[in-house]
Amino acid sequence: MTRFRLIWRKSLNVVMLTLTGVAAFAVVSVLFMILGYLIWNGGKSLNWNFFTKLPTPVGETGGGMANAIVGTMKLLFLAAIMGLPIGLMAGVYLAEFGGKAYSFVIRYTTDLLNGVPSIVIGIFASILFVLPVKHYSTFAGGMALAIMIIPITLRSTEEFLRAVPGSLREGAMALGASKWRTIATVVLPAARGGIITGVLLALARVAGETAPLLFTTLGNEFWSPGWNQPTASLPLVIYNYAISPYDDWHRQAWAAGLVLLALVLLTNIGTRVALSRGGASRGV
Amino acid sequence: MGSTATTIDRAAPHDAGPRSFVSRLRDGDEVAHLITLIFASTILLITIMLVWELWVNCRLSRVQFGWPFFTTSDWDPVFNHFGALPFIYGTLVTSVLSLVIAVPLGLAAAIFLSELAPRRISDTISFMIDLLAAVPSVIYGLLGIFVVVPMMRTVIGPALKHTLGFLPLFKGPNYGVGFLTAGIVLTIMVVPFIISVSREVLLTVPRDQREAALALGATRWEATWKVVVPWARTGILGSVFLALARALGETMAVTMVIGNDPKISASLFSPGYSIAAVIANEFAEAFSDMHLSSLVEIGLVLFLMTFILNGLARLLIVATERGGGHPS
Repeated sequence: MTRFRLIWRKSLNVVMLTLTGVAAFAVVSVLFMILGYLIWNGGKSLNWNFFTKLPTPVGETGGGMANAIVGTMKLLFLAAIMGLPIGLMAGVYLAEFGGKAYSFVIRYTTDLLNGVPSIVIGIFASILFVLPVKHYSTFAGGMALAIMIIPITLRSTEEFLRAVPGSLREGAMALGASKWRTIATVVLPAARGGIITGVLLALARVAGETAPLLFTTLGNEFWSPGWNQPTASLPLVIYNYAISPYDDWHRQAWAAGLVLLALVLLTNIGTRVALSRGGASRGV
Repeated sequence: MGSTATTIDRAAPHDAGPRSFVSRLRDGDEVAHLITLIFASTILLITIMLVWELWVNCRLSRVQFGWPFFTTSDWDPVFNHFGALPFIYGTLVTSVLSLVIAVPLGLAAAIFLSELAPRRISDTISFMIDLLAAVPSVIYGLLGIFVVVPMMRTVIGPALKHTLGFLPLFKGPNYGVGFLTAGIVLTIMVVPFIISVSREVLLTVPRDQREAALALGATRWEATWKVVVPWARTGILGSVFLALARALGETMAVTMVIGNDPKISASLFSPGYSIAAVIANEFAEAFSDMHLSSLVEIGLVLFLMTFILNGLARLLIVATERGGGHPS
C-alpha cells in the first residue's frame, strides 16, 4: 500500500513538473507564432511604397502609409514633450525629496493611473480637448498618450534613481554641494542610462496604443499639416484596415503590423541589451 | 562618473549642525523640492480630474436612467434609451473566461520559471514573456481576426461542440466571433502578467521553506504545491487581480473579435459586446448628448472596476513581498 502511494507521489511529481514546463514553453511559443505570422504575412506586402506613399482608394493597389508613420511620430513627439517632464520630475521627487505619506499617495495613484484602461484615457482626452473645440486633432491624441506616458516614466525614473548608491550622494554632499546640485550633477548622470531606457520603453508602449486615438485623432487618409487636424497613425490604420472587407487593405494591415511590432520589440530588446551591458557600471 | 563629482566646487564650509531653512533656500534645495513636488502633484490632479470629468459628463444619463441603467438591456440611440447590461455581461464573461484559462497556465509557467528552470533559462524565458506583454493590443486583434477566428470556426468550435456540446455553454451556431474567441485572445494577452508577477512573488519565498519540505521527504512537486505556493498565495492572487483588471479594460483586440452584438446569451459561441468595445465603436459617432453621456457612464463603470481591482492587487502584492503574506 505504501509502495503504491510512493509510486503515485513520484509519478504525480514527474507529471506535474513536466506540465509546468509545457505551460512555460507553450506561452513562449505564442511569441514566435506572432512573429512568424507577421513576418510571413507582413513581409509579403512590405515595400518601399509603404513608407513613401499615401494610401490609395479602395481598388487601386500600390498605396502606402507615409502619413500614418509621420502621424505616429508626431503623436509620440507630443506625448514626449508633454508627458516626459512630468514623469521625470515626479520621479525625482519620489526618489529624492518625498516625505513618506505623500510619496505613498503619489506612488499609489501612479499605479492606479497606470492601470486605467486606455479607452477611458481616450474618453478623458476627448472630453478635455475634442468636445470643447468640436474637432479632432493630433494635439488631443498627443495629450491622451502623454497622460499614459507619465506613470510609466515616473516609476522607471524613481527605480533607477533609487539604484544609485547612497555613498555617491553622501560624497557630493560632503564636498559641500547642496541637495539639488548633488541630484543634478551626480545622481541624475549616474542614473542616466536607466532613465533613458525607461523613456524609450514608455514611448514604445504608447506607440502601439490605439484605443485612446479612436476619438481624439480619428484618422485621416491624407497628410495632416500642423497639430490641429485629424491625423492617421499606424495602430489606428491597422485597426481600420483589419476590420475592412478588402483583401488589399488586409495586406496593408499586416505590413503595418509588422512595422509597428518591429518598432516595439526592437526597442524592448535593444534597451534590455544595453542595460545588461551597462548593468555592471550603472550607478557606480 | 568620478569626473562629475570633482566639478563640484562648492566646498565653502557651512556652520555645523542642521542647516537652516534660509540656507537651504539659498542653495536652491527648497526651490527644487517645490518644483518636483508640483510635478508630482500633477499626477494626483490628473487622476482627480479624470474621475471628476467622467462623473460630470455622465450626469444626463445618470439623472435620466438611474440605477436601472445597469439592469436593462435596451441600447437604442435612435429612441434615446440606454441600458448597459449586455456590455457589462460581455465584459465580465470574456474576462472571467480568459482567467479560467490563463490562471492555471500562468501559474504553472511561473512555477516552472521560479522553481525548476536554471536561472539563465528562466531569465531568457521571462524576457520573452515580457516581450509578449509589450506586443500592442491592436496586433493581438489583427491575429485574432485572421488566425483565431478562422481556427475557432473550423477547429476549436466543432471540437468543443463534438465533446461538450450537451452543455448550454457550447450550444448554438458558431460564427467564429464571439465570447469564446474574445476570451481566448484575452488569455494570450493577460497570461504574461500573471507569469511575471507570480514568478517575482514565488522567488521571494525563503529558500529554507523549500528545503524544510524536501527534508521532510516531500517530492519536488509537493514542496512547491503545498509549501511554496501557499506561502505566496496572496501575491499570486494580486497577479490574478492585475490580469483581471487588464482583461476588463482591454479594448482593441476584444472589439475586433467579439462580434459587436449587444445580446446576452449563455452560449459562448454567441457574438456579444463589451463595455470597451461599445465605447470604441460609438463614441466618435454618438449622435445625441444622451448617447454620449451614456457612453461616458459605462466608461466610468469600467474605470471604477479596474480602479478597485488594481488597488486591491497592489496592496496584496506589496503585502506578500514584505513577507506579510504568511503569518509565521
